[in-house]
Amino acid sequence: MKINADGLHFQVLNEQIRSCADEEIVLDNVLGQRYIGAGLCDKKVTINGVPGNALGAYLNNSRLEVFANAQDATGDTMNAGEIIIHGNCGDALGYGMRNGKIFVEGYAGYRAGIHMKQYQELKPVLVIGGVVGDFLGEYQAGGQIIVLGIGAEDKIPVGSFCGTGMHGGSIYLRTEHCPTDLPAQVCAHDATPEDIEEIRADVTEFAKEFGYDAEELLSSHFYKLTPNTANPYRQLYVNN
Amino acid sequence: MLEKEGQVRIPSGCAISGFISRDGNMISGEDAVKSISYMHDRSNGLGGGFAGYGIYPEYKDLYALHVFYDTNASREQTERFLDRHFDVVNLSRIPTRKHPNITNEPLIWRYFVTPLPTKMASSQLPEKEFVAKCVIRINNDINGAYVFSSGKNMGVFKAVGFPEDVGEFYRLEEYEGYAWTVHGRYPTNTPGWWGGAHPFSLLDYTIVHNGEISSYDANRRFIEMFGYKCTLLTDTEVITYIIDYLNRRQNLSLEDVASIIAAPFWSEIDRMEPEKAEKLRYFRNVFSSLLITGPFSIILGYNGGLMALNDRLKLRSMVVAEKGDMFYISSEECAIRAICPDAENIRSPRGGEPVIVTLSEEGKRKCL
Repeated sequence: MKINADGLHFQVLNEQIRSCADEEIVLDNVLGQRYIGAGLCDKKVTINGVPGNALGAYLNNSRLEVFANAQDATGDTMNAGEIIIHGNCGDALGYGMRNGKIFVEGYAGYRAGIHMKQYQELKPVLVIGGVVGDFLGEYQAGGQIIVLGIGAEDKIPVGSFCGTGMHGGSIYLRTEHCPTDLPAQVCAHDATPEDIEEIRADVTEFAKEFGYDAEELLSSHFYKLTPNTANPYRQLYVNN
Repeated sequence: MLEKEGQVRIPSGCAISGFISRDGNMISGEDAVKSISYMHDRSNGLGGGFAGYGIYPEYKDLYALHVFYDTNASREQTERFLDRHFDVVNLSRIPTRKHPNITNEPLIWRYFVTPLPTKMASSQLPEKEFVAKCVIRINNDINGAYVFSSGKNMGVFKAVGFPEDVGEFYRLEEYEGYAWTVHGRYPTNTPGWWGGAHPFSLLDYTIVHNGEISSYDANRRFIEMFGYKCTLLTDTEVITYIIDYLNRRQNLSLEDVASIIAAPFWSEIDRMEPEKAEKLRYFRNVFSSLLITGPFSIILGYNGGLMALNDRLKLRSMVVAEKGDMFYISSEECAIRAICPDAENIRSPRGGEPVIVTLSEEGKRKCL
């Protein structure tokens, strides 16, 4: 089913999406409507135009594909499913994600993947094709963040304060240039062949969505950032 | 009775948007109205406002004072003050239309004035300082009068209401300017009052602001030493005065102003080139009380340009874009695409990175 979103308020648009019987929905002329696909189950939604903030918040096993840039708070507390952005993404991408995957073709703003978490087989994945702003993976507790830095191979693909407060999960950076301001609680090492196997499926899916050569991307140098187990947060705030 | 700004503090989200034609082409205020309408849900109807630049070409060398009055008595008292200090070339009510969503309007007047040469000579003040002092005096000393716009060839239009309604109320389709900024308010610290709506302005500086600064009192204590009076308890007012103080009175460039109010962290300064680091250390030491902390995204308007700035942690959203000679700044990309569907070079400036856009030489010839 096709819905013309031109001039529709977000409440009306989201009501139409929820009440639609079809599994596949195409939204045309989207511009700034918030909460598209929030909590949505078992649908495939194609979004033509710039969706508003909190796209796919609490998304529950649907696929949202955007043919434009996305704004702030995409995939907030997402539970399952996939969000594919053929463009760039604003701030706070994948905040507190619990599971599911987000693929961004271009860059992402500040605070991508902060508070991501994982539990048993639930493991969220965030793949960003370009570069990201400050505070990537701040307070990350689980899940996997992959920054490919395509087109920015000559510089550090992340902003300042990457991984501040990180205590779980991992961040992969496709670059020769490791961030210079990592906190003592985060350690970076050259990704091993085993590490590369860990991200192979996700990078391959990214490459398929956006037309890249997965092998070429995977053959580059990656840094892997993980919490430093030898330097826990003991005494950071109080003596405990 | 509704308490005003300054009488009570309620522990804001907001929307901002702005654009400039660098070649000085005239654009209807309607575009600003359309842009902000796409961010309707960021405001709650307690304040909306616009600043238009280049809108009074027929009076471009006169200061345009826009004033709210509670009563005719406060108007008469203010007009006596104006007559003592200025040559009032033209005065009238600002044209408005009745709007169902805009109520309790004050008396809204506009004066085109020029300082009386004798008064100014005896004050021994430069012209802009003389005008600024007069504005501050009216706002402080005359009960029920509030000058909310005081620059040349520019004007602020603001009210309690959603910005789209405020634009219709002030008939902005009848104004054309080379640059506009607009604000949709969601007040959290103060009740909505007409004077408290954005933009805040002094002379031709206007600020629209989304955020909530936590350094308000430190900033206020410092800036009040230099003759400013922060009467409204709103953070945007103090930002306006800080910019007036640093840019006009201290003659610092807008880049320097940005590196003072959104100063880099000490840890970042330590990693910079020695010369740059030394300058920034100096600024942080001398103007430590003008560091603005807490979330903000602002658009500064002034005669000839716009500046966009985020707090150094970028705790509020802001995107910029271009198309030909047009430059756009907004809280959300949708508000730019609403008026320029094929906008190019969309990007989000980094926290603390000022984006300054000025009129081209052609634009200056046409508009300044």
